[in-house]
Amino acid sequence: MDIVRVIVKKPFEPGLLLLILILLATSPLYAPEYAVVLLTSIIMYIIITVSWTMFSGPTGYISLAPAAFFGIGVYTSALFGFVLPLPVVIGMGGLAGFCLALIVGTLTLRLRGIYFVMFTLGLVELLLHFILWWEVNITGTTGRVVPTVANTTVYYIMLIIFAILMLTTFFIRNSKFGLALQSIGEFEEAAAHRGINVNALKTIIFAISALFMGAAGAIMATRWTYIDPKIAFNPLLSFMPVLMAIFGGIRYLYGPIIGAAFFAYVEEFLITRFPYHYMLIFGIIMVVAILYMPDGLVGLIQKLWKRASGETYEGA
Amino acid sequence: MIVTILDVVIAGLLMGGIYALIAVGLSLQYGVARVLNIAHGEFIMIGAFITWSLFTIVGINPLVSLAICGPIVFTIGFILYRTLFTRLRTSSASPAAFEGSSMLACFGLLFIIQNLAILIWGADIKGYSYLAFPVKIGGAVFAANRLITLGFAVAIGLVFYLFLARTRLGKAIRAAAQDPAAAGLMGVNIKHVLALCFGFGALMAGFGGTLISMSYNIQPTMGLEYTVIAFIVIVLGGLGSIPGSLLGGLLLGLVGSIVTYIQPGLSLVAYYVIFMLLLLAKPTGILGK
Repeated sequence: MDIVRVIVKKPFEPGLLLLILILLATSPLYAPEYAVVLLTSIIMYIIITVSWTMFSGPTGYISLAPAAFFGIGVYTSALFGFVLPLPVVIGMGGLAGFCLALIVGTLTLRLRGIYFVMFTLGLVELLLHFILWWEVNITGTTGRVVPTVANTTVYYIMLIIFAILMLTTFFIRNSKFGLALQSIGEFEEAAAHRGINVNALKTIIFAISALFMGAAGAIMATRWTYIDPKIAFNPLLSFMPVLMAIFGGIRYLYGPIIGAAFFAYVEEFLITRFPYHYMLIFGIIMVVAILYMPDGLVGLIQKLWKRASGETYEGA
Repeated sequence: MIVTILDVVIAGLLMGGIYALIAVGLSLQYGVARVLNIAHGEFIMIGAFITWSLFTIVGINPLVSLAICGPIVFTIGFILYRTLFTRLRTSSASPAAFEGSSMLACFGLLFIIQNLAILIWGADIKGYSYLAFPVKIGGAVFAANRLITLGFAVAIGLVFYLFLARTRLGKAIRAAAQDPAAAGLMGVNIKHVLALCFGFGALMAGFGGTLISMSYNIQPTMGLEYTVIAFIVIVLGGLGSIPGSLLGGLLLGLVGSIVTYIQPGLSLVAYYVIFMLLLLAKPTGILGK
């Protein structure tokens, strides 16, 4: 069934993609400031969701650690923001996420998937408690100030991270690494017997996906000006990408983007006024999506499109 | 010195008893019903809040609440498995696919239960005082409610263990844990047994919640931390092993108490260090095969 997916023709033309990118890149010139700020948070969610899907999509290993990598990036920004130039800080944030993921991956990815899920589930809580303890007992102060950066700069850096992420995703999906990852997800032992170094590949892709989350965290921190462990390591950021990717369609390149954009937009309006209702609806959508739309929104649309256009629907 | 050691050990066992109880529940849900229940802590939270409501509004003794909360939470778990998870199980291509999709469904449940609880009870920290008078054991002083908590946790664990080991239904559950398909062929009503197991898992969480509310403060977002601890306990005891979960819970409680004595605030970090060492050295756990 997945062979069908690999050879199925791309639903979007590259030209359309370029147009969207140009529109996004020029938007600070004509759009109101509020729209730029909103777009920044939408792109942040897209970055986290797409990089989450880069690893968890093909392999089926559900990582619940995005908030940990994001938070490490946030903290890097707080620690070095006043000393080093912004691009270096962002790079360091990404690197911090990369290194943390490398350690976590080496520890857990050679074992069965369930250990990985369990370990990543608690990682955010662990870092939060440890840094809280550190700040209370060693440094004596909780929370830090982050240097502020102009909204447009934040937006452009977020956009650049997004562009690099999309290029990386394209490259991985269309290379032998992408195929190898896919085969790990289908039948790990068979993949190993084919000569794929499964542990090394899983760990490195996991670390690459964490790199983007760390970088996004490092730039996002500059918008908050003040951070403490509870803001930096918010467990919600671990759960959001999972839902967004599944709602959009985890097996499609554009699924996570659409899912993330949708929820980030809805969140903007609902979370300040009805935070708990919003989260409740979030959970209900999650259960309904898993029960009735196993291929997500994009999968559902493609299925309906095929049925409407009278094509014979083969497998998938 | 001896009093200090006694103090630390008993405090560890008191906490460990609750850890053991909630881990047995999770172990049952994962080991038999094959659902990696990330919303386990939410069932604990429901148990705790129902007990709190019954005590502060109606004035019902928390120990009597055990008999009220248990059936409520059990029914929720049973119905969830019969509807949601059975549907997922029959539509999944393989057991591994079911493990993945059921875990994601639990995510949704986590959000639903937690936010419903916040809408009903509010997001504040709550607590009540019940049997909080001090009791002396060999020089160390403890609140009576914590001793009762340990007693009930151990009793519930033992009764449940005997139920699994000695009764016909217990045998069916153990058979379903080993091989659901073969157990089905031997005349075990698999759908029913798996749903019962998920319900029993929720029941243990509910009991755990009631006992926790007797001696600790509670809030709607408390669940995740207990879920993480329960996960570490079942890995420590060996995935799917009920005696392992009991032993692992007591052990982890002991470690937590020792660490809290030396450096308060680091107990969760210590659990994690144990988890890491375990993954490196013996991922099958102390009683795993």
